[in-house]
Amino acid sequence: MATQLQGKRILIAKPGLDGHDVGAKVIALALRDAGAEVIYTGLRKTPDYIARVAAEENVDAVGLSILSGSHLELVKLTAAALKREHADDVPLFVGGTIPRGDWNALKESGVDCVFDSEMSLEQIVDEVARRLA
Amino acid sequence: MEVSKALVATATAAELNQAITMSQSKSEAHNAGAARRTTPSGIEIPAVATAAMRRGPDDSAPGEYPFTRGIFEDGYRGRLWTFRQYSGFGSAEESNERYRFLLERGQTGLSVALDLPTQCGYDPIDPMARSEVGKVGVSISNLSDMETLFRDIDLAKVSTSFTINGTAAMIFAMYLAAADKAGVPRAKLTGTIQNDILKEYVARGTWIFPVRPALRLVADSIVYANQESPRFNPISIAGAHVRDAGSSAVEEMGFTLANGLAYVDELLSRGADLERFAQSLSLFFYVHMNFFEEVAKFRAARRLWARLMKERYGARTERAQQFRFGVVCGGSSLTAAQPYNNVVRVAVETMAATLGGAQSIFTCAYDEAFQLPTEQSAELALRTQQVIAYESGIADSVDPLGGSHYVEYLTDEMEVAIEGVIKEIADYGGVVKAIEDGYLQRRIARSAHERKSRVDSGESVVVGVNRFRNETENKTVGEVFESRASTAAEVLRKYEKIRDERDAAAAERSLATLDKAARDHSENLMPYLVDCCHAYVTVGEMVERLKQQWGEFVEPVKL
Repeated sequence: MATQLQGKRILIAKPGLDGHDVGAKVIALALRDAGAEVIYTGLRKTPDYIARVAAEENVDAVGLSILSGSHLELVKLTAAALKREHADDVPLFVGGTIPRGDWNALKESGVDCVFDSEMSLEQIVDEVARRLA
Repeated sequence: MEVSKALVATATAAELNQAITMSQSKSEAHNAGAARRTTPSGIEIPAVATAAMRRGPDDSAPGEYPFTRGIFEDGYRGRLWTFRQYSGFGSAEESNERYRFLLERGQTGLSVALDLPTQCGYDPIDPMARSEVGKVGVSISNLSDMETLFRDIDLAKVSTSFTINGTAAMIFAMYLAAADKAGVPRAKLTGTIQNDILKEYVARGTWIFPVRPALRLVADSIVYANQESPRFNPISIAGAHVRDAGSSAVEEMGFTLANGLAYVDELLSRGADLERFAQSLSLFFYVHMNFFEEVAKFRAARRLWARLMKERYGARTERAQQFRFGVVCGGSSLTAAQPYNNVVRVAVETMAATLGGAQSIFTCAYDEAFQLPTEQSAELALRTQQVIAYESGIADSVDPLGGSHYVEYLTDEMEVAIEGVIKEIADYGGVVKAIEDGYLQRRIARSAHERKSRVDSGESVVVGVNRFRNETENKTVGEVFESRASTAAEVLRKYEKIRDERDAAAAERSLATLDKAARDHSENLMPYLVDCCHAYVTVGEMVERLKQQWGEFVEPVKL
């Protein structure tokens, strides 16, 4: 488990104004425990900022954490920004309070996988590793 | 029974005699025989608690210092707790409708949820507000919105609680301005603004300014409220978010009391009168599922706060020593899996809150783990409180768990542990430094990581999640509250209309005066903010003007 994500760079980002950052930080800690190098943006980042960091840091995956109910718009905007920065070739993950009914819409916007709070950290790390393999 | 038999088999006659004649020894033997258990905060749980486990005598009666058994002599017999439900959606019009619906159904206090742009100080038109207007609460950018929100509601009769922090001073100023315009004397206003900026840096994230000037705004609003609207609580020092973010009950209380002491220090440094402002401090916590630990944490914190106020600061009056608090039941203890289980959880938590002596209770709707509550689920949450209040008999005798060996033992142990957390923060260099360095933020993230790992491993049981799962469960429940797509457009239209119609010169004059006052550290900024509100200056404009002078908080992002 400790080396599953060795050598991978992963960006964990908080788009929008949502201040709930614990989920993002817990995931960041779990990914780091699995060997990844994690870049955490901090709160209130615009989709453009997130895409720029993803491009500049040359990351292998981007994870967005959204608990404010604005996930549909924010994900769409972030996916578009990633495309503009030519950073849309890496997997995009989303976590937070995302109603099941919105999962498909998110996937259509370019999200590879949605995580909910009832998945174990191990499941999440495994899924990220599988997508990055 | 098993333990007693084992004891008989191996004990000498003398040991056996002792074990039988001394009930204390008997329960110790019993404790030693059982597998070790701890509360979620790590307090050792005896299999059988006894009077001898108490750390010291505390024979205080309810309503008597240090208020372990509650701040009122007659508990809930005189007055039940306030049933306070959190709501507010989309536009001011929509929220106003919802409030009147809840008031008609017997709710006794309103609680206003504000959208994130309002909470973070961005007007609806700001690019940062994009896709967030009216989402998690109502958008209030200027006095006109506030007037709409309370249309046909008598501000003198309703107690209103605003969950607002970064822009609390501005929203409070706007509430005062709305009362002024409605002809309601400020002295008649009751309610609360959360106004607890310290925990925003630690756990909730709606900070705006650097810590020092933000503390000044908090102190100014408390002092001003004490003078102008003495029945209004100008702060609710909140542990709830720290808790819901993943910390233990002990950390929740320790962090929150440490923040409370930081406000007291700030107020004293600004020359405020201790006996006066201490009466107006109130607190706010989560209740999660470990029933007895939750009851004990309130009893422990109430006693500790009274001691600190009396011994550290010399507060003389009882009102200034008393720990008054509201709670929210549910939050992250609720699950999206098998959501009807949440009804039971909230009921258990509400009982813990009443047995801990809460002054107001908010009960989460069972569907909150995955959607905004519907009218049906919100009503059930309120009914849960009513069943407990009027059918269970829990409110009939004051502090009915007082004297229970286990509850008194836990109360003592929690108090020591909470005081330990306060000392740890003081030793680090105080709350402000701990926030600026990101020390508290990292501590919470680590606690959350541990809590999650305990649930993942099954060490902490969550019914329906890691035990007794229903693999075929259909996760969609009942109706879904649809927020109107047109809300943001409506909000923007109204916002632009007000900006066009207001007296632009008066708005700019009030902002310039605010700016000047902010440069003088001895000025109280509240009257200037009220003037701005009367001139229909927006929250974003007030915040922007102060940002130019104070700058913004720089978040420490180290994990």
